[in-house]
Amino acid sequence: MRRGIAATALVAALALAATACGGDTKDDSGETKTGGELSGTVTWWDTSNDAEKASFQKIAEAFTAKHPKVTVKYVNVPYGDAQNKVKNAFSSGSDAPDVIRADVGWVADFASLGYLDEVPAETAKKVDAEFLPQAAASGKYEGKTYAVPQVIDTLGLFYNKKMLADAGVQPPKTLEELKTAAAAIKAKSGKAGLYLRGDDSYWFLPLIYGEGGDLVDAKNKTVTVDNAAGVKAFQTARDLVTSGAAVTNATDGWTNMQTAFKSGEAAMMINGPWAVADTYAGDQFKDKANLGVAAVPAGSVKAGAPQGGHDLGVYAGSKNRDAAHAFVEYMTSQEVQVQSAKELSLLPTRTAAYEQPDVKSSEMVQFFKPAVDKAVERAWIPENGSLFEPLKVEYTKAITGASSPEDAAKAAGAEFRKILKGWK
Amino acid sequence: MAAHTSQSVAKAAGDDVEKDVAARGRSRRTDSGNRGGLRRALATHWYAWAMIAPVVLVLGVIIGWPLIRGVYLSLTDANERNVSRTIGARHIEATYEFVGLDNYAAVLGDPVFLQRLVWTVVWTVACVSITFTLGLVLANMLNRNFRGRAAYRMALILPWAVPGFVSVFAWRFLFNRDNGILNKILDGGGIAAVPWLDDPTWAKFSVVAVTVWLGVPFMMVALLGGLQSIPGELYEAAEMDGASPWQRFRHITLPGLRAVSMTVILLSTIWTFNMFPVIFLLTRGGPGDSTEILVTQAFREAFVASPRDFAGSATWGVLILALLMIFALVYRRSLRKQGEVW
Repeated sequence: MRRGIAATALVAALALAATACGGDTKDDSGETKTGGELSGTVTWWDTSNDAEKASFQKIAEAFTAKHPKVTVKYVNVPYGDAQNKVKNAFSSGSDAPDVIRADVGWVADFASLGYLDEVPAETAKKVDAEFLPQAAASGKYEGKTYAVPQVIDTLGLFYNKKMLADAGVQPPKTLEELKTAAAAIKAKSGKAGLYLRGDDSYWFLPLIYGEGGDLVDAKNKTVTVDNAAGVKAFQTARDLVTSGAAVTNATDGWTNMQTAFKSGEAAMMINGPWAVADTYAGDQFKDKANLGVAAVPAGSVKAGAPQGGHDLGVYAGSKNRDAAHAFVEYMTSQEVQVQSAKELSLLPTRTAAYEQPDVKSSEMVQFFKPAVDKAVERAWIPENGSLFEPLKVEYTKAITGASSPEDAAKAAGAEFRKILKGWK
Repeated sequence: MAAHTSQSVAKAAGDDVEKDVAARGRSRRTDSGNRGGLRRALATHWYAWAMIAPVVLVLGVIIGWPLIRGVYLSLTDANERNVSRTIGARHIEATYEFVGLDNYAAVLGDPVFLQRLVWTVVWTVACVSITFTLGLVLANMLNRNFRGRAAYRMALILPWAVPGFVSVFAWRFLFNRDNGILNKILDGGGIAAVPWLDDPTWAKFSVVAVTVWLGVPFMMVALLGGLQSIPGELYEAAEMDGASPWQRFRHITLPGLRAVSMTVILLSTIWTFNMFPVIFLLTRGGPGDSTEILVTQAFREAFVASPRDFAGSATWGVLILALLMIFALVYRRSLRKQGEVW
């Protein structure tokens, strides 16, 4: 019966993936290097979004120019389903990719299950010496390096400069200012002030950091989402919606947020550098200068945004590990990082990349770099990624008024303790 | 394609239960015979046994084994960290242990189980009754002779022909609160946007509506077949006796359809009870967890949390199977009481 359910679920999950990428993930070549030269096929599962994927595919396939005998098979896996899809592929071993682009929150999970191949010692040394320390930290598990950081990011407040100017307000620095600004915008144009994503709990993190809270305290093995700051954060989220300062959805949040912001239905949104390329495609941002970015608004304690990003890891069961590691090194090289910073406004993870003129001249990078430096580093524990699902359920309930902030915080805490066995 | 598979998975699950029920009935009968009878039956019917052996074998492998394994897993603490797995050349041995009924105690002791069960039952009853009623009405309408009957039949059968996940995604676009067509139309009529998938009550309404939309064609076709097997003479005779249309429907059509409708209701109940794709793809159980049914919850247990809790999920699976078997037994018994041969 379990199999039955698993099969149904799997079919559904695969259906999602198949419709979205339509990619053939079969990897039937398993050659390794012959005579010092790399050869074979490297299958890369990339989780970048629609606006980014063409650029990454081009970059990935250019690997062949350096290693003519290696074929890169690029597969785009929608981010939302990737963690499950990767786990299914890794645990069954069949049709598993050689290289994956993992959210920083997944690395410890995959590594703890033995799915990731340790990064070669030489590369690991480079990661420690040449990469931003907080990015390097995300690729480690129990002191060993399992993944190389590809991009780093954090959340910021995106705003439509023209709409704010029309309403005569400055980009808000606190949630209080945001409410006032939203009221002015609504009075002036009838549009919403902020689009607050309600179907993904990652977007809840700035609110909880803003109240001085956090999801967990890994050092003391304590769940902190249900403490006073946590309750306040749920309360704040609810307030933003009920006061009319923010609009939200409980489903299809990403699409609705991007549509609302790009078409000028909402004047502000909280988002990360990965949204920049897509946002520039919107009507309101034909003139790229109309897009402004500021730090996330502060709560009653401080302004805080989570550190995010993506790391590249090699599957421990890959038949072609040498080529896979070489591919990871290439994809995280300075040259590639500068290119993606220029084309997609993504932030490099190499310290030296920030000295490059192409990176220096990118307004988004100029904004996000200091933000990333201050970003709140998350607990790099294996369970990191799985905290978001129960949190999402409670966040959505709180934001739609289906449960009170106290109940939502309490329920989230209870779920966290189920996942983190033995934590206080 | 995938939804076809998922449909057939649902179907297989349905068949599975039916077979289980049938097998029980049969075994009860053989049990009552003595051992000599069994040997005689083997001797006389060896050819028949040989013929069904491959089927029994295949069923044993694809249904029996996973079923037994699932029940076993539900009695252990198996999860992603302690099951055996092979990563490339490395093989990791399983280290999970037998824990008895702990998982069942945990699931049944959690108020979540009851919440999910109540909504699953409400959702099943709502979907099946609406689907059946609509199917019956449409079948009756299509059973008449009128111009363009074939075209109407084609149109009404269409939802069944479209892969389930395609329909569900299409509905998801229609339901989108900010940019969906449904709200655009309502907006044109001056009605404020309906939070189709954002409000717990509306989300429940939406998942039921989509399931009904997907289920009506099957109901309709099955009932149409049933209607066409009712001899026309009965209606003529009733008409001669001065029976009103309602009386004819009530006293000829409904009893005539009984065998068909009982079957389709049972099948449709089992399918709806386990209707994973609609809920998972339309709302992911949301907003919050308001549309989560037992099977989607089992999925959540196994695939969302990390490490994936295989034992917990198997427990949910076994409980779902047990519920369906109890339902099928009770249903069959009540039918038998009413004189139906099953």
